[in-house]
Amino acid sequence: MRRQSPLLALAGLLLAAAAQGAQLPEERADLLYHRYSGGGITVEGPSVLVRKNFGDSFSATANYYVDAITSASVDVVVSGASEYKERRDQKSLALDYLHGKSTWSASYVESAENDYKAGTWSLGVSQDMFGDLTTVSFGYSQGHDRIRRTIQDQLTGEKFVDPDFQRSIDRRNYRVGVTQVLTRNLLLSLNFETVTEEGYLQNPYRFRRFCVPFCDASTPADSWSTQGEIFPATRTGNAGSGRLKYYLPWRAALDGSYRFYSDTWGIRAHTAGIEYTQPMWGRWVLSGSYRYYSQNSADFFSDLFPFEEAQNFMVRDKEASALKSHTVGIGAAYEFPITWTSWLKRGSVNLSLTHMMIDYSQFRDLRDYPPGSVTPGSEPLYSLDANVIQFYLSLWF
Amino acid sequence: MRKALLFTCAAALLAGTACAPIEPWVKPYEREHLADPIMSLTPNPVSAAYIDHVYEVREGAKGATGGGGGGCGCN
Repeated sequence: MRRQSPLLALAGLLLAAAAQGAQLPEERADLLYHRYSGGGITVEGPSVLVRKNFGDSFSATANYYVDAITSASVDVVVSGASEYKERRDQKSLALDYLHGKSTWSASYVESAENDYKAGTWSLGVSQDMFGDLTTVSFGYSQGHDRIRRTIQDQLTGEKFVDPDFQRSIDRRNYRVGVTQVLTRNLLLSLNFETVTEEGYLQNPYRFRRFCVPFCDASTPADSWSTQGEIFPATRTGNAGSGRLKYYLPWRAALDGSYRFYSDTWGIRAHTAGIEYTQPMWGRWVLSGSYRYYSQNSADFFSDLFPFEEAQNFMVRDKEASALKSHTVGIGAAYEFPITWTSWLKRGSVNLSLTHMMIDYSQFRDLRDYPPGSVTPGSEPLYSLDANVIQFYLSLWF
Repeated sequence: MRKALLFTCAAALLAGTACAPIEPWVKPYEREHLADPIMSLTPNPVSAAYIDHVYEVREGAKGATGGGGGGCGCN
């Protein structure tokens, strides 16, 4: 079970995203292999995207995406569960309609795995104005997730979906964006998005930790125990971002971005990134990037609560902990013309390597510290390194 | 009376200015660099969608990326 439904909304945004400018996007096909490895989790699989235009006004995009997951993450290990494998399939379809200087878009994305199903539809419109120097876009998405839980038979060890556990989430995304040509070498992009969620917003496999019998600043506990987390049933988050992309005189591009995020759970986050793109040797394009992310914790997060029923909401998700991350990436693309067939124009082969380093400021690593082994709260803080590989072929036709 | 007349004239002048068509300060023939593929804001949509989701499942923040999607496990 994964927090994947925001991704559905975002995938919808991508697919329904209005074209930059009042013209249909290029027809293309992409075949991607992705692999994420870190923190005891490996996720890999293909993604296939095809975009085809019909006449001068219509464009359709279809995407099929697979995650094959093997997980023995810190959460899985500490819960006492064994490594698990699962698969998620995601399908999406989007349509764009170009009319004058407007592009209207609609899309639907659905995702399925054994204990989680989600569907999201999106609508969007963009309008070019002021001599095509400005593109304004608006969008709306609505999603519904159905959440189940896999449990294990204590006698046989067999895993099955709990028939008595069914929850749901309703989600709405509202977004507005502006892309502005500032000079003949400089582009500005501004985006704002509000996401509202209501329902079962937690992960049924995670837990909160509390002192046994109790603890406070002057009284350490001997041991700790766990129970399920208790999340609020609603969340509203606002994100605003700005991005500048500059064309350098020697034919290279410099891209800088910043995003601020704030939500009703008390999380505030800053994201800053920079990327440099350099064409080389005629057909190669090389790139390098750095990204910094930092957030504070949710108001109701604690790695260790003083006793079992310490407060109304009790959360120990590491994603709700204060954390900082640094990410570096390099990429290389080889572009080539296609002359041996008339229905393909050109192609490119791309390899992208990304390394993430995440340090959690409050979430502790309990894997080697079972209850009673050390004073609760003295365990080391958790950190995570991950490598992401993307290898893909793109064809334009 | 004279002040009111001046105010009305000033307002009319401002309104007229505001409604005048805006001249593009970067002419179409000056957009060669902006049209270069390396200036595309989303040159690789499948890749961008995927990496945005990798960040999303590891972090508390989401949204306003101008794109997104993809997938990976988070438990």
